[in-house]
Amino acid sequence: MAEATTRDAFVDPIINNNPIALQILGICSALAVTTKMSTALVMAVAVTVVTAFSNLAVSLLRRWIPSSIRIIVQLTVIASLVIVTDQILQAYVYATAKELSVFVGLIITNCIVMGRADAFAMQNKPWISFVDGLGNGIGYSLILIVVAFFRELIGSGSLLGFTILKPVSQGGWYVPNGLMLLAPAAFFLIGSFIWILRTYWKPEHVEEEFHVGALLELGNEGHLR
Amino acid sequence: MQHSNGYIVGFAAAVCAVCAVFVAGAAVGLKDRQETNRLLDRQQKVLTVAGLIEEGASLAPAEITSLYESSIEQKIIDLETGELDPAVDARKFDQRKASKDPATSRVAPENLAKVMRLPNQALVFDVKKDGELKALIIPIEGYGLWGTLYGYLALAPDARTIVGITFYSHKETPGLGGEVDNPRWKALWPGRMAFNERGVPTISVKKGPAGPPAEDPYQVDGLSGATLTSRGVTNLLRFWLGENGFGPYLEKYRAQAGV
Repeated sequence: MAEATTRDAFVDPIINNNPIALQILGICSALAVTTKMSTALVMAVAVTVVTAFSNLAVSLLRRWIPSSIRIIVQLTVIASLVIVTDQILQAYVYATAKELSVFVGLIITNCIVMGRADAFAMQNKPWISFVDGLGNGIGYSLILIVVAFFRELIGSGSLLGFTILKPVSQGGWYVPNGLMLLAPAAFFLIGSFIWILRTYWKPEHVEEEFHVGALLELGNEGHLR
Repeated sequence: MQHSNGYIVGFAAAVCAVCAVFVAGAAVGLKDRQETNRLLDRQQKVLTVAGLIEEGASLAPAEITSLYESSIEQKIIDLETGELDPAVDARKFDQRKASKDPATSRVAPENLAKVMRLPNQALVFDVKKDGELKALIIPIEGYGLWGTLYGYLALAPDARTIVGITFYSHKETPGLGGEVDNPRWKALWPGRMAFNERGVPTISVKKGPAGPPAEDPYQVDGLSGATLTSRGVTNLLRFWLGENGFGPYLEKYRAQAGV
């Protein structure tokens, strides 16, 4: 991985090694914030920014971080970035920040952020780490937005707040599927994506390809689900 | 790579110091903007509950402020007597702060809404249009399932009919108790009666659906899957409309207005 080019570092996590679809990371927040496109978009930007900058910071510090406290140092950096992101959201997009409430804080526990910091940024130069963070953030965002698209359209009959299918409650014909607004619906959607991706597009992707390292798996298991 | 203990402690301290400065800088630097947002959000809620703007309407901050300034009159009352208290500046008054300060509050009598302290003074609002009183707004708060709900209740000039209800801060479960924010649920409130003919606070959130306001004036649909939040809303309304809440104020008002 040390030989990876900048382009690979950016494109790989978006398509070939998508954190949600293929690494199964960050599912928790993907369930919570995808009932509406607007919250999913803000969350996507927030996670991308945090992942990119935490990768950058950890990579800059990688030569000086004592290995015995490296996880704590990474967490401190990530937590600070998340708090600052939360503050910025509250200052500039107050209404959305209010809706996202606790989930912005929970970016800290999103294992994509920590996983990339430890698995990639600790071994690579700052620029490529930054790009890797960006790529992983965008890969996460992609799934988030696709899931939110279906959930908002089927669950509320609208997209980004604009009515597409006029629901019965407003005198239209569409009966919204309330199940789509509940957490299980996100499981169904993400599950279907993973199934389709792995069946038709990456049939060779089987579990032993989890080469990212034992630590990532540890992070995955310790994840708040 | 082996590092000495001194290096590790020093490194940790340095990272903490840098991060602390970073976080504190952001918090302090953005505080004014956040305060403005919070104030605007509060003002928009007051305007919405008064029925002056539509639910969820996106207005420019200047519009909200000018509409607020022109149609909302803030008043400080003495909670116990219901009399106006002109000694306190309504613009600077923070009721939540006042309820915490022992100098400006007292312990509340035991109540179902689990209100612990009562402020001596309270902030109420008059909604006016062309000099004519359109609605009275009182702040409400009380315990739901996970935490305290804070909001506003608007009453028509007869001080009995509900004009609207809203909550600006709560910790209820999204999708269940969090549905207190649902515009469709809030739309069930206008036209219901807060008090019965004898002036007793009677409004309640029932379990299951209630009839239309004309047939079923004292009850509102319950929130499915949120019995405790629904019960909490009933309790907090009955408390704040009652003798320990804004009962005296509303009674004085009715006597004066002759309604």
